[in-house]
Amino acid sequence: MKFEIDEKKLHNAVVELIRRASTQLPADVISAMEKGRDSEEPGSPAQSVLKLMLENAQMAREDETPICQDTGTNIYYVTVPVGVSLRKVEKVIVEATKTATEKAYLRPNMVDSITGRNTGDNSGVMSPLIHFEEWDEPKINMQLALKGGGSENVSAQYKLPDNKLKAGRNLDGVYKCVIDAVNKAQGLGCAPGIIGLGIGGDRAIGMLIAKKQIFRNIDDTNPDSEMAKLEEKLYKDLNILGIGPMGFGGNTTVLGVKVGAAHRLPASFFVSIAYMCWADRHATLNYSSEEVSYD
Amino acid sequence: MISLKFPVSEEEVRTLKVGDEVSLNGIMVLGRDNAHAWMYEEKPDEIRNLLKGTVIYHCGPVVKKVDDEWIFVAAGPTTSIREEPYQGDVLKEYDLRAVIGKGGMGDKTLAALKEHGAVYLHAIGGTAALLAKAVVKVHDVLKLEEFGIPEAMWVIEVKDFPTVVTMDSHGQSLHQVIKGKSNIVADKLISG
Repeated sequence: MKFEIDEKKLHNAVVELIRRASTQLPADVISAMEKGRDSEEPGSPAQSVLKLMLENAQMAREDETPICQDTGTNIYYVTVPVGVSLRKVEKVIVEATKTATEKAYLRPNMVDSITGRNTGDNSGVMSPLIHFEEWDEPKINMQLALKGGGSENVSAQYKLPDNKLKAGRNLDGVYKCVIDAVNKAQGLGCAPGIIGLGIGGDRAIGMLIAKKQIFRNIDDTNPDSEMAKLEEKLYKDLNILGIGPMGFGGNTTVLGVKVGAAHRLPASFFVSIAYMCWADRHATLNYSSEEVSYD
Repeated sequence: MISLKFPVSEEEVRTLKVGDEVSLNGIMVLGRDNAHAWMYEEKPDEIRNLLKGTVIYHCGPVVKKVDDEWIFVAAGPTTSIREEPYQGDVLKEYDLRAVIGKGGMGDKTLAALKEHGAVYLHAIGGTAALLAKAVVKVHDVLKLEEFGIPEAMWVIEVKDFPTVVTMDSHGQSLHQVIKGKSNIVADKLISG
């Protein structure tokens, strides 16, 4: 059976996906922040900051307004059935983005890098950013993350070996890079962050893998035991840095560490660190002729 | 919680110390990258009265126009360190008494806060819905056409806008203290 897209229906579904991503903080992020709040000293700045963040998340959900005014780079990972026109899906996403901007779910964020002019509707070269994949299922799966500029500015890429960190071309070297990057970020990425780590690849693939980790559930366990160990060790050690929420000091510097890997050239060993702010906004749409659902 | 109503005097600002929680009221002016470059390079006169004794807020809001009136929908702070090359000079040039942002600023701004008598007030990054609720009225907007919505200079009136002093007029910076401590831990973890 040929998979048909009802453009109007998909348009409305994508606007709703954007609204959910922008205004509803995922449940796993909220419970990780609640855990952080309860681990901080009563009455400390760290605890009151986390309280305000949680209060804000609830307010945004109730009022259907953006959690954060920086609605960020809109990153889509879209999986489509065989034979679906990618250009058609792309067009629907771009138009839905313009509609969502009009509705103030998104801030008009996209600036021409040459002239400095804001396009006013979030359209632009490579904006929104869409990655496509194909699968055998008769439905579209669309994941969206909104990644703000503050967290993107403290994201980092290292090349191993790194003399300054005495970091070799192994997992111990990778570990040192992440400690260094999160320490350098301090509160600037809006801590507590979620750390997406991409090991290997070329520079672009490494960062792609790192950013893809943002979609994982904070409470999941990496199926690869080596990567699972690294996630656990980094989570524990990053939280003793004492940077705390917004860099005010405290035990809650990161909410989670998620690791992925890609094959690399023998000559290249990149460590890509995608820092995601506590306002880890992402949502998923499942779309078929029978079903429109979100999670 | 200390309450501050803009415009404020130098004496008032000098009493504030790192760690004080301060609730803001009155008029504030939004300005980020374009606005700071403009103030630093062109020193426009038309905003002098507006800025005297008041505060500049590093923020690019989400706004909505309803019946010809602007409404603030989301308005949390943006990263302040980008304004480090300009902030100290802008502060003195326009006789500002405070800066609001997130992440703190560097040595040049810290020195200017001390010399001129001003504070850095930290708002909680990402709490845009909550902070937009503290905006009771949008009075004006400057440079909207040229700078675009996130970069324009919005003139707003706020009530009970929550902040924390993280850099004061006595040379103290919470950011320096936290960084100093975390550097020691990081060095230990990295050297194994």
